[in-house]
Amino acid sequence: MRLVVDLNKCQGYAQCAFLAPDVFAMHGEESLIYNPRAEEEQRERVARAVAACPVQAITADGPDGSGGPATGSAREASDGR
Amino acid sequence: MAADYVEWLRREGRIVIVGASLAGLRAAETLRAEGFAGELTLIGDEPYEPYDRPPLSKSVLLGKASPHHTELPHRWETDAKWRLGVAAAGLDLTARRVRLADGDEVEFDRLLIATGVRARPWPKEEEARLEGVFLLRTREDAAALYRRLKAGPRRVFVIGAGFAGSEVASACRESGIPVTVAERAGAPLVGALGGVVGAVAADLQTENGVDLRTHVTVTALEGDSVGRVRAVHLSDETVVEADVVVVSLGSVRNTEWLTGSGLGAGPRGIACDAGCRAFDFRGIVTDDVFVAGDVARSPHALFGYQFLSLEHWGNAVAQAETAAHNMICHGAERRPHLWMPAFWSSMFGVNIKSVGVPPMGEQLMITQGSLAERRFVGVYGCKGRIVAAVTFDNARWLEFYQRQIERGAPFPVEYPTLDRRPEGRRPVDADFPDPSLPTHGPMVTLSGYSPADQQLVFHPARH
Repeated sequence: MRLVVDLNKCQGYAQCAFLAPDVFAMHGEESLIYNPRAEEEQRERVARAVAACPVQAITADGPDGSGGPATGSAREASDGR
Repeated sequence: MAADYVEWLRREGRIVIVGASLAGLRAAETLRAEGFAGELTLIGDEPYEPYDRPPLSKSVLLGKASPHHTELPHRWETDAKWRLGVAAAGLDLTARRVRLADGDEVEFDRLLIATGVRARPWPKEEEARLEGVFLLRTREDAAALYRRLKAGPRRVFVIGAGFAGSEVASACRESGIPVTVAERAGAPLVGALGGVVGAVAADLQTENGVDLRTHVTVTALEGDSVGRVRAVHLSDETVVEADVVVVSLGSVRNTEWLTGSGLGAGPRGIACDAGCRAFDFRGIVTDDVFVAGDVARSPHALFGYQFLSLEHWGNAVAQAETAAHNMICHGAERRPHLWMPAFWSSMFGVNIKSVGVPPMGEQLMITQGSLAERRFVGVYGCKGRIVAAVTFDNARWLEFYQRQIERGAPFPVEYPTLDRRPEGRRPVDADFPDPSLPTHGPMVTLSGYSPADQQLVFHPARH
C-alpha cells in the first residue's frame, strides 16, 4: 500500500513508530523516516498509525489499493493548511 | 453567460493538467472531489504514476525505502486519462491545445500547468556526462545514486550545500562513506536560512565527519581514461579525489515548452494571480489557464504581495487544491492561495522546519533554546514584523509562530518565551547573502515588483 506523511504537520509524537515500527521510525529526536510503500501485511498496523496520529499527518491508500477517501485526513484537503 | 459556462464545464468540459507529480495528482483529485464530471487528462514527462520526491534524498538513500516505490497514495478516484512518458512541448492559447513531444495534440477547455522544476545540471556538458556524476531529482536519479552509494565509493563529492546537498551528505555519513561538500557561500543553507543558522548547519556537518569546504566553487570535474569521474578541482586550487559527484545546484523551472505561447512564463516560473490564474506576457490575467506548484509565482498578501515562487511540498498540495477549486467555480466562490510557506528537512539526525519566508528577514532572534545546543527557535523579522521562524528539533512551537506571522506580530519579540537564553534577548543580523550573488538555491525566490524587472518582455520566436 502507498502512504505519505505530511511532514509539515508531523510534530514527532512518534505514535506511528510505536504502532507500525516496520514502516515508521524516528530518526534523531524528532525526524520521522518512513517507507512510502508498506507491505500488505502491515495494513492493519498502518491503519492504527493513521488513526492515532495526533496531527492527522498520514495518508494511506484505501483497502482496495486504488485510492478513494482512505483516511481521516483525506477530506480536510481543501482548506489548504 | 459565464455562470452557464461553468455549469457546462463542470458537466462535460475538458480539463488538461500538464505535470503528473504531486501538484497534478492533488489537483485531479480535488476536481473530482468537487464534482467535475467532464474529461480529465494528465500529461507527465516521466513514465511513472505520481510519486513523492522528499523520500528520495532521505529514506531512499538510507536504504529504508525503495527509489521505485515512493508513489503517492490517492485520496480520491481521479478517473483520468494518463498520458505518461511524454512531455508537453507547446501550448496554443487561441486554439486551446497542448502539443506533445510525440506530435500528438490534446485539446482543453481549461488547463492547469504544474510542470514543476528539474535539477540544475552541471553546466559543462562533457563533465556532466562523466560516469559517476549524479543529479538528484527523479526516482531514476535516486535509484542510480543509491546503487553507487551501496557499492561503497571511496569518496562522494557534493557540489552545493543547500537542503538537498546537505541531505545527501548526511546520508553518506550515516552509511560511513567519506564525503566532501563544496559551497560557494560561507556555510550550508545560507540562501534559505541566513548565515547565523547556516553556521549551526556547518558545525553539524563537520562534527559528523563531512569535509566541508566553503567560499569555494568547483572549477572542473576530471575524468579518467575510460570516462569515469576521478577528481574535483576547486577555485582555491585544491583537488579532491572522488569517484561519485552529486551536483546539487538547485533547480530550473520547466517553462521552456511555453516559449512563444504568450504566457508570462520564464526562468522565474509562470506568474499568476492569487487565484492561480496565469498572466499572459502583457500582465493580463487569462481565464482558462491556471498554475500550481513549484513552477508558479504568485502574489502573497502576508508578504507585501510580492510574487513568491515556493519550491515546497506543502505549497504544491495547497496551490493545486486552490487552483482546481477555482477552475470549476464561479468568480465569487473562488479562493485566493494564501498558504503559509512551510518546509522541513532532516540531516544528521536533526529535524529542521520553517514557516514564513526566512530570506525576507533582516534580523534574527533566537527566542527559545540555543544555537550551540542545536535545539532552538529562530524568529526572523523585517520592518518591525515577524516574517518567518525556523526550528531545529523544536517543531512543536512552530504553529505558535505561524499565528504570529499571520497576524503581523511585532518584531523584535518582546513577550517572554519558554527557555529564553541571554543570547536571545536581542536581534542580530540574519546574515543573508547579497541577493544579487548566485547561491545554490534558496527554496524561496523573492521576485517581482522591481521596476528593473524585464522578465515580462515578450520576444516572439522566429519561425
